[in-house]
Amino acid sequence: MRHIISALVENRAGVLSRISGLFARRGFNIDSLAVGETDDPKISRITIIVNGDEHIADQVTKQLNKLIDVLKVKSLTHIETTRRELVLIKVKADEKQRGEIIDIARIMDCDIVDASHSTLMLEFVNRPERVDLLIDLLRKYKILEIARTGMVALQKGPDAI
Amino acid sequence: MNGARAIVKALEKEGVTHIFGYPGATIAPLYDMLAHSKKIKHVLVRHEQHAGHAASGFARISGKPGVCMVTSGPGAVNLLTALATAYADSIPLVAITGQVHSSLLGRDVFQEADTTGAAEPFTKYSYLVKDTAALPRIVKEAFQIASTGRPGPVLIDIPVDVQLAEAAFEFPAKAPVRGYGVPGKAPAAQLTKFLSVLKGAESPLVCAGGGIFSSHAEKVFTRFVEKTNIPVVTTLMGIGALPTAHPLNMGQVGMHGKSTANDAISEADVLILMGARVSDRAVLLPDKVKRKTKIVHIDIDPAEIGKNLDTSLSIVGNLADVLRQLLERKLPVADDAWAARLTRMKKARATDYTDRARAVNPKAFVNYLSKKIPADYIYCADVGQNQLWSAGNIKLPEGARFLTTGGMGTMGYAIPCAIGARIAAPDRFTVAVCGDGSFQMSLMELATLKQHEVDIKIVVMVNGKLGLVREIQTDSYADNQIAVDLSGSPDPVAIAAAYGIPAEHVRNKEEAFAAIKKLARVKGPYLLAVTVEETESTLAGA
Repeated sequence: MRHIISALVENRAGVLSRISGLFARRGFNIDSLAVGETDDPKISRITIIVNGDEHIADQVTKQLNKLIDVLKVKSLTHIETTRRELVLIKVKADEKQRGEIIDIARIMDCDIVDASHSTLMLEFVNRPERVDLLIDLLRKYKILEIARTGMVALQKGPDAI
Repeated sequence: MNGARAIVKALEKEGVTHIFGYPGATIAPLYDMLAHSKKIKHVLVRHEQHAGHAASGFARISGKPGVCMVTSGPGAVNLLTALATAYADSIPLVAITGQVHSSLLGRDVFQEADTTGAAEPFTKYSYLVKDTAALPRIVKEAFQIASTGRPGPVLIDIPVDVQLAEAAFEFPAKAPVRGYGVPGKAPAAQLTKFLSVLKGAESPLVCAGGGIFSSHAEKVFTRFVEKTNIPVVTTLMGIGALPTAHPLNMGQVGMHGKSTANDAISEADVLILMGARVSDRAVLLPDKVKRKTKIVHIDIDPAEIGKNLDTSLSIVGNLADVLRQLLERKLPVADDAWAARLTRMKKARATDYTDRARAVNPKAFVNYLSKKIPADYIYCADVGQNQLWSAGNIKLPEGARFLTTGGMGTMGYAIPCAIGARIAAPDRFTVAVCGDGSFQMSLMELATLKQHEVDIKIVVMVNGKLGLVREIQTDSYADNQIAVDLSGSPDPVAIAAAYGIPAEHVRNKEEAFAAIKKLARVKGPYLLAVTVEETESTLAGA
């Protein structure tokens, strides 16, 4: 099962290394990890997607809580959330394929942000499942490279972490 | 003042009396200033690892963080083993390491190592200091983090230029750390739930771990179990939570524990873990614990609860506080028949204290030793067979302490630990018990105890083997003995003589028991080598 864990951490040197080191040491498999500053420049928010059973999710939360640089941890797995991920995909697009790829981009409602004689770059912000779908649709063509940010999520409604 | 002076001043303000260390180029400014301190005494060890172990022994007896200080690169890396050892056993240390000039960080210059990076898995927290003005506050924070909550080692890595730069000295009265909380009392509702579980119990059992000592809960723990009449088993780290002869003490659990203690675990219907983290060596789980056993886990570290064992009820809090809270309530009293049954079981299974033909029975030796030395003794056991013989046969009176490395199992711990312990309590009889393997991992510290006139006694159990590994090879690898023969080892008595320490070698029971009586009263350091049979096993018995 995929767990979404959100944490507020001190925005200072070495913190990310502490967190990623903890995951490696305790054998937790991270699917993705996204980090960014919050409205307070001294605090960053990290969103971690980890695969495993409830026991793993419980340990991840507790071990993160133990780190002094981690200020707050919350599991968003069983909470209604808005989840988003950004992806950039560079796909091979010669004249024959170009039209089909543009069609896919239109159907999926994603932007074409760069083009060359032989390639197109697509930008897409959506739920991770939709991102997976887009990648799947483009697999038919030659994908040259992909960059995904990893998922970020916020709890719906008035409650905050 | 410069950063080095600021650190010394901050350490003085924290009440530091001793630093265990080893100097070098990048820590030279700090040593330069330490020389002027009238409050702090420096104890020069002979290997950086032992600076950490000595600080650990000091911490465990004084109840305050032990302080160690070494140089960058190899000095710091040598210290890592001691940090890992302290981390595994939750011992509060503040380790100060020198670091190369901050402008050279990351360039792989002479004696540069990524100390904070390397120590990350073994420290409760670490600092790589870039700002001299921040030093006093960092020292304050480090002592607070090391000694509160679940204790552990904290590292302060200080580049040489940060030690030399000038800044105003501002030592805060308090240094709250955002993101660091310390559990204290437990929620009342949890205690009510616990008491209702306890009320229905027919065969409740407490398993006590090192947390009893970390939270200084010995006295309140004894009151709790006596009032509730609940039998007690301990982990290796929990030995001494109750005196050995206490009628409710059923001994140590686990792979190397007493069969009565392990049977008690299997038969308990409510198992209460107190400050114990249920390591693989402590409780052979899940097979030993019945599925229907209700498990209550009381610990200061929420991450320990449910980590190795599913629990029915968890109580997060400082053990001493939680026990005090419980004692304020009406407590159910366990039926005497249960404790009586365990006691009968224990008595029916006698340990083998018979004589050996041409050697000393180490179990009988430890047993006799612990009865003959002054009752408030500190006994530091090393690692290997000597540790298990010690753990299984020591008779601890009230107030005596048994110190060993339970989590990491670091060979060479006993002698430096004893040095630190004795310095913390100069009036308490202190003995380090090693094997001939672990002795050779720490014998350079004979110079330390000689130089600083630290009166500890040392016992070396000599069997010419790495005995515990030999036992594994005998039992699990068809007695294919490889790399366990210690031929070439020096004569411990001659080694002691070279350091000017009186010593004796005993080879049978009469000699051994006579030597123990001498050891108990002789002033100054003393080494006793004890011949033990190669084939002697560690099976613990009753």
